[in-house]
Amino acid sequence: MKMSTYEILCCPVCKGDLELKVVEKTVLESGEEDVIEGTLRCQKCGVDYPISGGIPNLLPQNK
Amino acid sequence: MTELFYHEQVYRPEEDTFLLSEAVMHEIKSTDRVIEIGTGSGFISSGIRERSEQVIATDINPYACTTAKKNGVEVVRTDLFSGICGTFDLVIFNPPYLPTKAEERIDDWLEYALDGGEDGRTTIQKFAEQLGSVLSKTGRCLILISSLTGTDEVRKIFSDLGFLSFIVAEKKVEDERLYVLRVIRDLCRL
Repeated sequence: MKMSTYEILCCPVCKGDLELKVVEKTVLESGEEDVIEGTLRCQKCGVDYPISGGIPNLLPQNK
Repeated sequence: MTELFYHEQVYRPEEDTFLLSEAVMHEIKSTDRVIEIGTGSGFISSGIRERSEQVIATDINPYACTTAKKNGVEVVRTDLFSGICGTFDLVIFNPPYLPTKAEERIDDWLEYALDGGEDGRTTIQKFAEQLGSVLSKTGRCLILISSLTGTDEVRKIFSDLGFLSFIVAEKKVEDERLYVLRVIRDLCRL
């Protein structure tokens, strides 16, 4: 997930902002950071959406 | 074009994909912020990476997401636009558009890519209702439909929500006719 993609993501349930936690990242040829593993947290809903293999999963999560 | 990866649980590019892809090539501008909904194997998004500065794609099918990613597409797993809050100049969608009765339904990702509900328009209706929140003021949406989906009925869905639509490409394939609709905001009605 590129950082430019992060800017346009929101919680699929409440549409609120997501807080990014990076576990593993790489830097693309363009110089942009690309997150491979991590989480996107919606503070309001108290839900973590995983980023795995570079793909954020923004489907509502079963708590 | 470089060889793409495919997966048995992901819709493989067919005539509908090619017709939509051609229409996208005519429509796209280098400055467009582009989003493709339901990218599948990523055929279309992968083909326009060199044509636009920003292309992202979504799919609900996990196998489609990993396949599109392997094909070099920046992908987000979500349902239509639900995890997306930006605005886009070009929205691309090849929806599940085949009318599917409940008894015909099988629980399978490939089937899900085709199943448009009883009238073929269930997902298109949901998409149309959300389109206004992501389409920039002068943005365009290209959506593929079939004669089996009902062209007039789909155009009415968009019209009722304040959009104008035009048929910009069509092709006869076996017992159906495929159409690409170009959908824009009806600025006179804003």
